[in-house]
Formats: sequence, C-alpha cells, structure tokens
Amino acid sequence: MIKYILKRLLHMIPVLLIISMVIFGITKLAPGDSVGMGLDPRATAESLERQREALGLNDPVPVQYIKWLTRVVQGDFGRSSQYMQPIMNVVPERLWNSFILNVVVYIIAFMLSIPIGIVSAVKQYSTFDSFWTVFSIIGISMPSFFFGLLLIYVFSAKLQWLPFSGKQTPGLNATGWVAFKDLLKHMVLPATVLILGSLASTVRYTRTSMLEVIKQDYVRTARSKGLNERVVVYKHAFRNALIPIITLVGAYIPALFSGAAILERTFIWPGIGNMLVTAVFARDYNLVIGLNVFFAFLTLMGNLLADVGYALVDPRVKVD
Amino acid sequence: MNKNEKQRKDIKQDSASQDVQQEPQVQPEQQPTAIDEETFVDETALTISEAEAKQKIYTPGMLIRRRFMRRKIAVFGAVVFSIIVLLVLAYFIFGDPQASMRINRAFRNVPPSANFWLGTDNVGRDMFARLMQGGQISLLVGVVAVVIQVLIGMLIGGIAGFYGGWVDNILMRFLEIVQSFPFTPLAITVSAMLGTTVSANQKLLVVIALIGFLSWPGLARMIRGQILSLREMEFVQAAKALGVRDGRIITRHLLPNTVAYIIVNATIGMAGAILTEAALSFLGLGVPPATPTWGNLINAGSDMYNLQNRPWLWIPPGIAIFLTVMCINLIGDGMRDAIDPKSK
Repeated sequence: MIKYILKRLLHMIPVLLIISMVIFGITKLAPGDSVGMGLDPRATAESLERQREALGLNDPVPVQYIKWLTRVVQGDFGRSSQYMQPIMNVVPERLWNSFILNVVVYIIAFMLSIPIGIVSAVKQYSTFDSFWTVFSIIGISMPSFFFGLLLIYVFSAKLQWLPFSGKQTPGLNATGWVAFKDLLKHMVLPATVLILGSLASTVRYTRTSMLEVIKQDYVRTARSKGLNERVVVYKHAFRNALIPIITLVGAYIPALFSGAAILERTFIWPGIGNMLVTAVFARDYNLVIGLNVFFAFLTLMGNLLADVGYALVDPRVKVD
Repeated sequence: MNKNEKQRKDIKQDSASQDVQQEPQVQPEQQPTAIDEETFVDETALTISEAEAKQKIYTPGMLIRRRFMRRKIAVFGAVVFSIIVLLVLAYFIFGDPQASMRINRAFRNVPPSANFWLGTDNVGRDMFARLMQGGQISLLVGVVAVVIQVLIGMLIGGIAGFYGGWVDNILMRFLEIVQSFPFTPLAITVSAMLGTTVSANQKLLVVIALIGFLSWPGLARMIRGQILSLREMEFVQAAKALGVRDGRIITRHLLPNTVAYIIVNATIGMAGAILTEAALSFLGLGVPPATPTWGNLINAGSDMYNLQNRPWLWIPPGIAIFLTVMCINLIGDGMRDAIDPKSK
C-alpha cells in the first residue's frame, strides 16, 4: 500500500507539470500583464518596458516557464502584483479563512448526511425518506449564489439579524470570545448555504449507494439467518455502501482548502476562492498561476485519497 | 425448449437494455423470428407462444413510461419543465427578439405591474422579456454541454474500463489532468483572455465548450468504474468466447448496463451545466452582460441597492434557474427509477 501511494505521488509530478504548463500558457496568452495593471499613473512606456525586462516578461514563454518552475521548486511562487508581497506571504491567511468555513460545513454535513442517507434507504418511500428526497432535490438545484442572496435579503437586509458580508465587523479590534462570536455571526449565512448544498448531495449519494447494497442477496441472507436488523444494516450493508461514500469524502478533502469561489464572492468572504477571482480581475498572474497549481494539487490529492480509501474498504479492489 | 426460452430471455434482456437509448426498434422484429423457429421445433413451444401472443405485450419503452408515470414527483418535474421550455420556445418563436434590449427611459426601475409583468431595470428594459431570452441561453447551454460530456465520457470511460492495463493508465492520467484543471479559474482566465475581442455568440460557444470539455471526467470515471466490475462478469466472458469484437462488447454489452447511471449523470450534468453557466455569468465572466442570461440578470440586479430595494430584478431569474434545474433533476430521478429494474 505504501508503495502504491508513493507511486501515485510520483505520478502526480508529470500531471502537475502539464497542468502548470497549460495554465501558464493560458495566462501568458491573455492580453495585458501585471506591469500593465501597475497603479502608478506617472509610469512611462519606457519605465514599464524596463520593469518588464527586469521581471523577465519579454522572454519567450517557454523560457519564462522554466524560470518560473525553477523558482517554484525552491518554494518561491513569485510576487503578487496586487498585494506587492511574495505570494507565499499572502496566501496562508486566505487559505485559513476558507478552511475554517469549510471544516465547519463538512463536519456538519457528513455527520448529518450519512445517518440520514442510511435511514432513508432502509425506510425507502417513508415520510422521512420523501422529506429528505425533496430536500436533496431542492438543495442540489438551488444555485448557491441565489440562495446566498436570498438569505442576505431576508436576514441581513430585512430582519437585520446577521451581517451582510465579510469575516468580521470592520473596525472591530476584539480578541478572544468577542472576536469568536463575531466570526460565528459572519459564518452563519455562508455556512448555511454550503451545508444545504453539500448535505443535499451527500444524503442523496449515501441513500443511493445504500439502496443498491440493501437489495443484494447477501443482505437477504443475513436477514434470513436471523440477524438483528441493526447488524444487517450497519455491519453488512453499510460497509459496502461505504465504498462510493469514501470516494465522495476523498473528493471533498481538497474542497476544504480550495474554497467555493462563487459563494465566497457572494458573501465577500476573504477566502482563497475569492482571492483567485480578484487576482484574475487584477491580472495578478503570478498569483493566478500559483493558486491554480495549488488547486490542481489538491484535486490530485483528493483522487489519491479516494482511491486509497477504496482499496482500504473494498478488498475486491486491487492496488498495484 | 430450454434453449428457446433462454434465447427469448436474451432477446428481451438485450432490447430492454438497448431501449433506454433507442426506442424499441429492435424488439418487434426479433420476437416473431424467435417464435417462428419454435413452431418447427416443438409443439409445446407453440402453445406457449400462442398464450403469449394473447397477452398484452408491453415493450420495454412502455414499461419505462408506465413506471415513470407512477412517480408523481417526476411527472410534476416533467410538467413544470415542459411549461418552462414551452414558454421559452414560444417567446423565441412569437416574441419580439428586440424587446429585451429596448431601452425605455420613461419607465425606469418600475416594479412589476400589468404593463411590465416583472418590472423594468435601471434603463427601462422589460424584465419579463429579458427573463424569457435568458431562458433560451440557459437551456441551450445545458443541452449542448451535456451532449459533449456524455459522448466523451462514454468513449473514454468505456475504453479505459474495458481494456484496463496501460490503456486505462494513460486515459486515467489524461482524465486526472482534465479533472485537476480548476474549472472556475480556467473559465475566468479564458474569459479574460478573450476579453471583448469576441462577439456574444462566440463567447457563448466558449462557455459551452468550457463546460462540456471540462465536465466529462466525472461521468467517464463513473462509467469506467462500472465497466471495471462488469467486465469480470460471465456474460462478457461469453461474448468474448463467441468472438464478439471489443468495440461491440463495449457498446452493446457493457455500456447499456451503465445506461441508468449515464442518464442519471447526464441529467445531473445538464442541471450542473445550467448552474455553471449561471454562476459564471453571476461572476461577470460568462456571456457578456448585455446579453440577457439568467446569471447575468442576477449579477446586474444584485448590487447592494438593488438587492435590498428591487427584488424583482434578481428574484425571478433566480427562481427560473432553481425551478429549471430542479425539474431536470426530478426528471432524471424519475427516469432512473423507471429504467433501472434494480430500483423497482
């Protein structure tokens, strides 16, 4: 298994290289560069040109890529033209912001959805099942930004219970408990939207995979030999139903860090997804490339985790 | 007799699984030939086939339709979706294509009324007209993107799952690369790259292509996973032993068994494509803002002032997206239950 994981990690390197090349190429094809977006109105064409030359922006794209790659291997993703700082300095805070929001969401979502999915499948077509089926359909179909706007409209604009956006009240210099309460208040709405979305899909997923398993012969055998229903459901059926669920959990792990760009835009949550969209608008290409490669890495890790999980829970799956 | 029965069963199974994609053209011709053969072989077989001939025969298509109709909520989805499609189509055919663009300074920011069913925006454009035109684009994006996804997904997933080994390895690496492209940033970047150099229609094509060509990996992965386990089953070995060509095994024996999953995934895919287009437009990165799409309408109507004071600008397009996507999902669910005999 360890050999398998190492092999997969090695496989990631060429994949990451290709992805970084494509993203690098696309951003270089785009009109304008970070120098052109410079904030200094007094800059002359010559000084801009000097800057480009200094930053190596006049080199052919492959040369630029190699230079970029050499620096990245040494842990230097370059400077953000927007923040006037090395990228490695500005990303962690945003990453943390996305992470705290997502962790809360996914813990709640998975803790609720797995039992709900199981019970729905076991009591198929019951009222409980119907309720959650309708709930999942609504949750899956609801655009996150629209639901977010509705919540803002009702709870922030009309009722004025919760803040519109952001992560903390501007100008609030509190620490400890007060700051925590402030953070929670800001988190309620975006977390609600995210939970609705992920709960809907995980409940649906758990239910489907459980339903598939529960109709199999060995489950009937387990029942007919007189096993208690709990044992049948949780020990016999659920273990097999877990296989697809594990894939889902694996796929969600990168999302913990990647942040939902659209949702973060809606609530102006200072997370990494929001940062990316801002960076693209600002043509902060070093940041765009760096974040893209980071997201790609997360996705690859997610796939790896899903596959390893698969092999761990299902002995029929051979890894080599 | 035994053999005959088995043969007939085979035919039934075959057409049942194929019917999902194509309506039952295969079955009506094939069943009589099977019976004809019997009449020369065995007398008892004749009586059986006579008895069968008197039965009302449901083609698999009819069975599916019956099972679908039994699911009230799926029928509800189908009805509402048809209404949405009909409205949008009717507007496309009979409506004034310029109405959504007509600026009317005398009626700016008018709340919904008898004249303007959904009010007007800040330059007096009729929001109902804009909503209807937005629908055309949303539906178009959904359908075309999903067709692209399914075709690529079946091709890649089918081949990778069936052959395994190095073919699978290469295809899966390719799939991983595509899947690891962070969708939103890539879409944003391409969008920024094109800037204003392309027309709204070209931009629309770009959005469709982006969704279609980047969203197939989930489907392909799923098909591959299914086929990986299916290919170990006896019927595949039997087909191989009979010398059936690989391509035929994939398209006739393996893929039909994954059809239920393909349909469910394609439906989710279509709903997802509509959502994605809306989300991109909401970010201001989809189709250029002048063209009304549901996402663009929400984007235009959701700044702080409009959000609080002019809900007619952003709530109707939001509900339109939500309803359309929900109905598509309901239809997908209903179809899965109707097609997949396991879920009966």
